[in-house]
Amino acid sequence: MIAALAFYMFAGLAIFAGLMVVVSRNPVHSVLFLILAFFNAAGLFVLLGAEFLAMILIIVYVGAVAVLFLFVVMMLDIDFSELRQGFQQYLPLGGLVGMIVLGELLLVLASGLGRPEMVRIPGSGAVRIAQDVENTAAMGQVLFTDYIYLFQAAGMILLVSMIGAIVLAHRTRPGVKKQIIADQVARTPAESIELIKVETGKGVKM
Amino acid sequence: MLSEYFPILVFIAIAIAMSLAFIGAAVLIARQNPDQEKTSTYECGFEAIDSAHIRFDVRFYLVAILFIIFDLEVAFLFPWAVALGDIGLYGFFSMVLFLAILTVGFIYEWRKGALEWE
Amino acid sequence: MRQALPNLISVYPELLMAVGAMVLLLAGVIRKTPSIDRLSRLSVLLLLGTLLVLWLLFFRLEGRVVTFNGLFVMDAFGLFMKTLVLFGSIAAILISGPYLKEKQISNYEYPILIVLATLGMMMMISANDFMSLYLGLELQSLCLYVLAAINRDRQRSSEAGLKYFVLGALSSGLLLYGISLIYGFAGSTSFDALALAFADGAPTGVVVGIVFVVAGLAFKISAVPFHMWTPDVYEGAPTPVAAFFAAAPKVAAMALVLRVLFGSFPELDEVWRQIIVLLSVLSMTLGAFVAIVQTNIKRLMAYSSIGHIGYALIGVAAGTEMGVQGVLIYMAIYMTMTLGAFVCILNMRSRDGMSEQISDLAGLSERDPMMALALAILMFSLAGIPLLAGFFGKLYVFLAAVNAGLYTLAVFGVVTSVVAAYYYVRIVKIMYFDKPVVTFERPESKSLSMVLTITAAVNSPLSFILIGPLVQWAAVAAGALVP
Repeated sequence: MIAALAFYMFAGLAIFAGLMVVVSRNPVHSVLFLILAFFNAAGLFVLLGAEFLAMILIIVYVGAVAVLFLFVVMMLDIDFSELRQGFQQYLPLGGLVGMIVLGELLLVLASGLGRPEMVRIPGSGAVRIAQDVENTAAMGQVLFTDYIYLFQAAGMILLVSMIGAIVLAHRTRPGVKKQIIADQVARTPAESIELIKVETGKGVKM
Repeated sequence: MLSEYFPILVFIAIAIAMSLAFIGAAVLIARQNPDQEKTSTYECGFEAIDSAHIRFDVRFYLVAILFIIFDLEVAFLFPWAVALGDIGLYGFFSMVLFLAILTVGFIYEWRKGALEWE
Repeated sequence: MRQALPNLISVYPELLMAVGAMVLLLAGVIRKTPSIDRLSRLSVLLLLGTLLVLWLLFFRLEGRVVTFNGLFVMDAFGLFMKTLVLFGSIAAILISGPYLKEKQISNYEYPILIVLATLGMMMMISANDFMSLYLGLELQSLCLYVLAAINRDRQRSSEAGLKYFVLGALSSGLLLYGISLIYGFAGSTSFDALALAFADGAPTGVVVGIVFVVAGLAFKISAVPFHMWTPDVYEGAPTPVAAFFAAAPKVAAMALVLRVLFGSFPELDEVWRQIIVLLSVLSMTLGAFVAIVQTNIKRLMAYSSIGHIGYALIGVAAGTEMGVQGVLIYMAIYMTMTLGAFVCILNMRSRDGMSEQISDLAGLSERDPMMALALAILMFSLAGIPLLAGFFGKLYVFLAAVNAGLYTLAVFGVVTSVVAAYYYVRIVKIMYFDKPVVTFERPESKSLSMVLTITAAVNSPLSFILIGPLVQWAAVAAGALVP
């Protein structure tokens, strides 16, 4: 009963927040509503018993991705009211595409309701996991052994994203003076002090 | 299992109730007599003339994206730590290999100077 | 829980590439001023080494080897496609040098990103599960987005990168949506399991899932109506990057289309055939008609590649072993033609810098007869004039379509190739019969001339010698995919 109430609260808020992401005029508000939507999705995951996904959603999406979105929204100097000008013009076509996709989804739903058992796969390759294991542990048990290929591929993708971010966004500024402590410590009197004999009336040439 | 979340639910309920109560009390009890000057944005006595958006340097973006990458790396560590007892040496070295790949990336970042704020 | 190590021998080429790419990255970053030339040479060596390992390995393996819990498969089909992709990447690195110098692009990450993209493509080709398919695809795509925008100080290059990224992300979304629908109905993402599950029909949800998956893949091979990004990205991206885009990733994405359709839904060919036929017809039409009005040769090549994907899809639509064989032959020949044509574009350098206008080719036959001859051969081959390689490519897909009973589609293909021949032949006419306006100073580069010579030679009537072995080999590869 409470679980059902919580579901309707999270689901309702998620839909509301998702709608607000699209319709709010200020892009910063959109990002904040997106964060609200993430929180509610995390709540739904908890209700489904997928705590790990719920927490990852909060740590990664709310904690990092949404912050990045805020940066990007603020980094771009775009007049968003100008971007919206075509809205009325594109509404009929966009609405039509949306309706078609909605129709397809309903079709899928209808066909799925008729066959709740779906398709049974003989000798499916899916990895079997004991029912009494918590889902974080269950993921751990397969991700690093059975799915090691995917895991290391994910590592390569993260490596590429590091390279990409640096290639595209990093630049070394010329003329920046930095304190290099090693150089300071390594200085010796021989290379930094020069004794000059000053002759009377002639001054010193630097 | 969901019953473990009951205290959190109670916490959320109390938080919602209290915040609604404060807002409601402010609307109902406080004396309100707004005019244009009172409701305008206060900024050190100046008129607020510009939007609060300031453009961020692209360097913030680089820092943020590098943070996300390591954040994801850490996300992989949680299930690994929980299941380490079951997955044995194979699972252990699987993670070591993954961390080695990201260490290559880390060395690259470091040498490129992407971690320095010039 | 005791775990046995998976069979690693079939992933040696991928392992070598991954480790090699990381070593190159470290070697580059440890030096204060790394030389892009040296890293390019080392990358080419790495790719050649991978090719060698791939071939040595294949003689040791027998038939189809599935490893990593069913995620990775190595077979004759994979060998064919991986060889093509490796050659495409090697050529792309070889032809980049002079352009990068001209435009002062000094990111030594450039060849390393090409190697990593190639790694992604090899993973795509060997995918035997939607999860490994997706990760391979993302590894490849991420590298390609960065490569498109690598000349980041030029607005057009960043614009190309951004456009490619936004539409690429959208297509990945479509793909994932389709995959999740299929998984929801089947309870598995493995191609083998899916083929078993849908051996006799599939519910509507799976059909919708297949449509989404095909739409996502159509973005990657830039089939109409998912082609919008192609002309802009080819035009905006640095020319050698555009050459790379037109060659290796197209081949890899086509391998994915074949793997997914023939590997996981072999019995549902009635379902996906109509989508493929539609994509094919639209791509051929748009490729033939829109290319006519282009004045920029990179845009022309983009529309040309869209059209060629349409012809290759005829073979997919046939749904038979012969169709797959036709697609393989077509992709191999298409890759040499398009790489050769892009080398010619890279050679279009006048005193004012690089030129991309078709009109600047006027009178090339007097100024640079060798390049004019090579480009003429390539253009005739792209048009599918008999005796040249491009003709054989078209011949085999059309034959497959006729054998499968798709007469209308084959006739349509013939008609559009006649229309498309117009703009290819027009370029030859401009080169040989128009008054020269600009003099090109070809960049001094042995590798450019080498790639151009090889591609022009294999497309010339010499292709008569080469087409026999290619057909044989493609038959073996197709036999491994279609049981």
